[in-house]
Amino acid sequence: MAKLKLPVPPIPPQLKPLPKRPGKVYGPQTPLEHAGEAAATAVGWIDERTSLSGAARWMMFRKVPKGTNWFYTLGSATMFSFLSQAVTGIFLAMYYVPSSTRAYESIRYINNDVFLGEFVHGMHKWGSSMMVILIFLHMGRTFFFGAYKYPRELNWVIGVVLLILTMTMSFTGYLLPFDQRSYWASIVGVNINGTGPLVGPYLSDFLRAGPNFGATTLSRFYAIHMLLLPGAIAALMGFHLYLVAKLGTTAPPWQRATSSEELREEQVSS
Amino acid sequence: MNRQEKERYLREYGQLKAKGKPFFPYAVAKDGAMAVLVMAIIITMSIVLGAELGPKADATTTTYTPRPEWYFFFLFELLKVIKPPALVPLATIGIPTIGMILLFLLPFYDRNPERRIERRPIALTAGVLTIFAMGFLTYLGASAGPPSEIDVPVPANIAAQGPKSLAAFKAGQTVVAQSGCGGCHKFGENGNDGPGPALTEIGRRLPAAAIARTLVNPTAPMPSYQGLQESNPKQFDEMVYFLSSLK
Repeated sequence: MAKLKLPVPPIPPQLKPLPKRPGKVYGPQTPLEHAGEAAATAVGWIDERTSLSGAARWMMFRKVPKGTNWFYTLGSATMFSFLSQAVTGIFLAMYYVPSSTRAYESIRYINNDVFLGEFVHGMHKWGSSMMVILIFLHMGRTFFFGAYKYPRELNWVIGVVLLILTMTMSFTGYLLPFDQRSYWASIVGVNINGTGPLVGPYLSDFLRAGPNFGATTLSRFYAIHMLLLPGAIAALMGFHLYLVAKLGTTAPPWQRATSSEELREEQVSS
Repeated sequence: MNRQEKERYLREYGQLKAKGKPFFPYAVAKDGAMAVLVMAIIITMSIVLGAELGPKADATTTTYTPRPEWYFFFLFELLKVIKPPALVPLATIGIPTIGMILLFLLPFYDRNPERRIERRPIALTAGVLTIFAMGFLTYLGASAGPPSEIDVPVPANIAAQGPKSLAAFKAGQTVVAQSGCGGCHKFGENGNDGPGPALTEIGRRLPAAAIARTLVNPTAPMPSYQGLQESNPKQFDEMVYFLSSLK
């Protein structure tokens, strides 16, 4: 049975564990070593039945080209802000009531009475702005670095779908506090959808759940915001990430393999 | 990209990747540092700015002016930049739809194998122009007041005449705001500058009778308020009173 072997992080030589002296008894000695052995056995037991260690190795120990800079962290930062939205959203959903008569009171209850309620609500509110900014920055990086070109065209298309889903997410979430601001902004937004060609009127009827903006509209926005969109975003994000690992992180466009310093020196010396 | 260019790219990328470092722990450490920064910004914003709640939604009010979340300002602002009613669908749906289609199909019409931005002048120009246009529209949306909101200071002579004049002034202000005059006229800080003239000091230039005449029989494309004068003369008089007192 193959054991999952982690690479040793780059630590200074003074801190590295000393090699065992010859003649010493092998196998776990101290309680700490016994615990380590038990953990390795448990991981081995799961891996024997799932063979997941190969996928983990493929994902984590793939090589990333030289020269990648801080701009390359924008994509994972977008994913992280989505995870933050998911966690804060779950806590808000524990108190929120999607009914047009009680939604406003439940949000006021979260803000005024729940322990850290306004803090979590604020994190969710400002996290949405953060996610929109990050997704636009990530798209700008991809655009200006030409990272959408062959062979990563499909990943660009998925990214645009994720951008639209994120904007729809913030549009549907904006109504949920059900104060004056969100109520009237959503009415205008739905009406703007209605002016669209062909599908416009049907789309706004679907969003409103009928010809008028009523009680069912809020629960419809809530279901879209809570169930449909997060599921779609998570699934597409997974596929987006799979393609990144499969195709590899792009090298910065100015990086040239043949004109690199070491190679030129090698060519000169040989 | 033809087959030769594809193979050249894959070969070069393969060399660069082979010389790279493993994702874990090098890239993961950078991503982790960025995640900590993002979290710190979100927490700071939540603590500093909070999550204030406005008044409860009320379907019966007509004076409340909708404002979208700031990242929709650029779409909202397109509505104001494009004024003729026939072109409004173009602003609301046409331009965003075309933009979305262009964004979707970007890898399929930009088939230039070059990746360095300084050697892609069309992409550079288009990208920078888009960023500037969206930034400018967002700025306009953030700084401009909504067209159906008018809040001008009460002139001193109205305030001096007592609460009755003041009430008439406020009533007229509400009628003017609800009639959407701000869509084409400027009132001090509020409303759009054009296509109609600014009405901030209209009372100084025109007497009340002339304002009433213009409201009933205006220059095109301004709509006539003859209907209001016939159906609700009180509101019409309040409107004239408000406009003539703007000095």
